[in-house]
Parts: sequence; C-alpha cells; structure tokens
Amino acid sequence: MNNNETFDPVIIGFTCNWCSYRAADLAGTSRTKYPHNIRLIRLMCSGRLDPTFVFKALANGADGVMITGCHPGECHYLEQNYKALRRFHLLRRTLKGLGVEPERVKLVWASAAEGKKFATEVGSFVEEIRALGPLNWYRSNGRSPDDSGPTSHEPAPDLKEVPA
Amino acid sequence: MTVNGNKPKFAMYWAASCGGCEIAVLNIHEKILDVDANFDVVFWPVAMDAKYKDVEAMEDGSILLTLFNGGIRNDENEHIAKLLRRKSKILVAFGSCANEGCIPGLANLSDSREIVSTAFNTISTDNPKQIYPMISYDVPEGEIHIPKILPVLKTLDQVVDVDYYMPGCPPESHQIAAVIDLVVQVLQGKAELPPKGTVIGAGNSTVCDECKRARNIKMVKSFKRIWGVEVDPELCLLEQGIPCNGIATRSGCNARCPTAGAQCIGCYGPAEGVIDYGARLISAFASVIDSNDPEEIDRILDGIVDPTGQFYRFNLAGSLLKAGKPAWEKA
Ligand code: SF4
Ligand code: SF4
Ligand code: FES
Repeated sequence: MNNNETFDPVIIGFTCNWCSYRAADLAGTSRTKYPHNIRLIRLMCSGRLDPTFVFKALANGADGVMITGCHPGECHYLEQNYKALRRFHLLRRTLKGLGVEPERVKLVWASAAEGKKFATEVGSFVEEIRALGPLNWYRSNGRSPDDSGPTSHEPAPDLKEVPA
Repeated sequence: MTVNGNKPKFAMYWAASCGGCEIAVLNIHEKILDVDANFDVVFWPVAMDAKYKDVEAMEDGSILLTLFNGGIRNDENEHIAKLLRRKSKILVAFGSCANEGCIPGLANLSDSREIVSTAFNTISTDNPKQIYPMISYDVPEGEIHIPKILPVLKTLDQVVDVDYYMPGCPPESHQIAAVIDLVVQVLQGKAELPPKGTVIGAGNSTVCDECKRARNIKMVKSFKRIWGVEVDPELCLLEQGIPCNGIATRSGCNARCPTAGAQCIGCYGPAEGVIDYGARLISAFASVIDSNDPEEIDRILDGIVDPTGQFYRFNLAGSLLKAGKPAWEKA
C-alpha cells in the first residue's frame, strides 16, 4: 500500500525539561546524530503529558508519538512520571480499540546524561514507525480537527506549552 | 395548531438518532403548549406531516428556531442539515447525537460497508437472496433513490454552522422546559439570547460536582464491572473501582445515574474546557490507579474491559480522532 522506503515519518516527541530535553540537548552538543523525523516539544515534566496532546498530534498528521521522561524514582515532581506511565498504558489500550497500532506511541525514560540513549531510541522508533507505514489521519478536505468546526463547545485553549 | 402568520416559526428534525430526543421534548408535558402558543410549528416530521419541498419553498432565515437532533449518517441527513441551516435563524444541535455522535457515532469504529453487510447479511438476518439496498433503482414510474451512507458519521457542526449546543442523551426534560422558557422570554423582550456557541440546557461543571456520594482519596487496586460487586450506596463509585465517567462529563442531569446507583456513562458529553473526552478520562483513571509497577498497572487496567467504549461511548464522532481506523481509512 505504501512505499516504506520513501516514507519519511513525522514523529512528535514530548520531552521533560529536567531530563530527556537535556538528553536531546546533550546529543546535539556532542554531535550524536539522530534522524530528523522527530519534532520535540518540551514540557516541564512527563506528568504534564495530557493524552489530548497525543490524539491531537495523531489527528493532525503525526505518524508516531514519543513520550519521554525521567527514570522511575527520578521525577523532579516526585511521582508524576508514574502517572505518565499509567496514562501511557491506558492510552495504548484505547488506541488499540480504535484500530490504531498502539506501537505508534512509545514511552522512553532518559536522564540528562543519556544523550546517546536518547538518540538511539529516536533512531529505532523512526524505524518502527517506518515499518508500520504512514498513519494518514489528517484530512485537508474540511474534516481535519482544525477545519471542521469546534469539537468541543468552546474555543480550544492554546495547547502549547509555555517554555520554561 | 393555530396557523398564525405572525408567530415565529419552529422546526424540529431527526437525522441519525433513536427518537428519544423527540420523546424528551414531548415529556415536558404542558410546557409543550407554550411551544404551540408561541410558535408556528412549520416542520417536525415526528409530530406533523410536512414535506422537504415545503421547507425548500420557505424563505431563507424564515424559521426562527430549529432543534436538530441526530448525527449526519447519510447524504439525506447532510442535505437536510444544510437546508435547515439556510432556513433557520437559530440552529440548535439538540441531544448527544447532533452534538458529538452518540451511540450512532460508535459505528465510526467500523468500515461502513461492513455495517451494511452486518445489517443485511448476518446469521440473524433472513436474506437468502442476498438482497442489498441500491442507491438508485429503475421502476416503471422512473428512477427512485435512497440515501447513501457516509463513510463516517459526522456531528452537526462538522457539516454546518451551529448556534447553540444542547447536550444529553436525551436532554433532560426540565432542561428543555427551561430553554423553552428562555426562548419565550426572549420573544417577549424579557431576556436576551446567550452568545453564539453557548452550551444551553446544561451546567458548566461536571457530574461529580452534582453528585452527592462521599469522596475520600481515590486509590484503585482493581476496576470492576458494576454487576459483579456489591455497591456501597454512599461512597463515590470510582473510589470503589467502578469506572464512573462523572469527572469528565458535563453537569446538567443532577447526577442521575450515580444517584440511582449506576456509574455515569457520559451522556452529557465533555465538561466545559474538555477538548477530548476520552483523553480527559484516560488522565483521570490513570491518576487513581494505586500502583507504580508496569505489570500490576496492566493487570489493573484489564478491569476496564473496553476502554474505547468506556471513553467514547457518546463522544467518538466528536473526538479528536473522530473514528476508528477501519472507518477513517475510507473517509
Ligand atoms: S466519580 Fe461518579 S460516583 Fe464518584 S463523585 Fe463522580 S459522579 Fe459521583
Ligand atoms: S449521570 Fe452521566 S450518564 Fe447518567 S444522565 Fe447524567 S450525564 Fe448521563
Ligand atoms: S521531571 Fe522529568 S518526568 Fe517529571
């Protein structure tokens, strides 16, 4: 159906300000290469990851979403990464029920020192998504979430995270 | 019904719906006489004989108030939605189907061809000749048409501009009565219409907010289906591990279900500010699970047997993804 060789996945990556965002930064400063497919969005903590962000990313054209946070026990807001873990499990089950491959959403722990690990994880996730093929959810024919009128009953609040 | 050219015109229509919204309107008892006293009912298929061509002949904007219930499942629904939009000053998405897809919207989990084949070709259907409906058919009198099913069911505001939203499956009769009261007062110059886009006939809070059950700390070690347990009549259901959707659901029903001993399944739709109903519930349910261990979390989640149905029973068509993959691929 699709040519996975030429398919260039779009991946949204949610990073935690205290760990994985710094890991990505470290990968950058130490010139560790990783695929360009991931667009990173910085949150203050993986606990800020509202599943709405994931649905919105997928609905608007992302092929996969990577959620990253501090290792268990290392969250700067005590236990919020466990909350992210539980959300992630329930989110995957829900996606499965919708017929969407749950593997399109991945959870990765990466400390600020793990630039290499971060780069490797991005690399392998891109390949996993490439193997799954494009998701193709976005519709430009007036049926995309942004074009088809409000899905909730009030103007959508800005979903963008305020930079730290 | 008195026909008085000076009275403002009223219409009500059902698209893909169960008919419960119409019953709910009739359930307002003697208030229905206010509708008749204040309006000229020009189109209401369930209550009176009127033809689409009568509506087509009306002047644009000549109907003051149209209550539109039902989702947009086929091209006839879509045509009438557009027609009534043109003819009406105020178009209200009435009831869960028109607002967010509701139960008919659950069909968005399946490819529409599969839906048709289930309806006409399963073991419970007596159809030995494999007869399927055809969109158009030649008879001696000419060509006849039936409506064509759309790949996904759409909410009213995914098809036309909507002025007000009135949620509920169906909207509670006391809420309908209150809205009719308001419109009558507006007509008499005693009140003003709320801003366009307002949710009317409901609250701005959540079902939990109206629920009288006692709440402590929610620490859930297992989720249970309600028929499998003895339910504490006083305590919050979610605290007892019964997946209750009250926390994400708009108030307006006086917390009917938890008051009666059953969990809220979400018929009033997303609470104010909730963009994706299911996402809000995923967050909420994940927060009450009392475990940090991936394997135990998985075991606890096994108790929510059908998360997609639990989270999107009413809201699938109105959600961010709008459908399951088998249907969306064809859309
Ligand atoms: S979760 Fe259900 S039972 Fe608990 S307070 Fe909310 S509505 Fe009431
Ligand atoms: S409690 Fe929930 S399901 Fe029951 S009537 Fe109210 S909104 Fe609907
Ligand atoms: S601070 Fe990094 S996951 Fe919470």
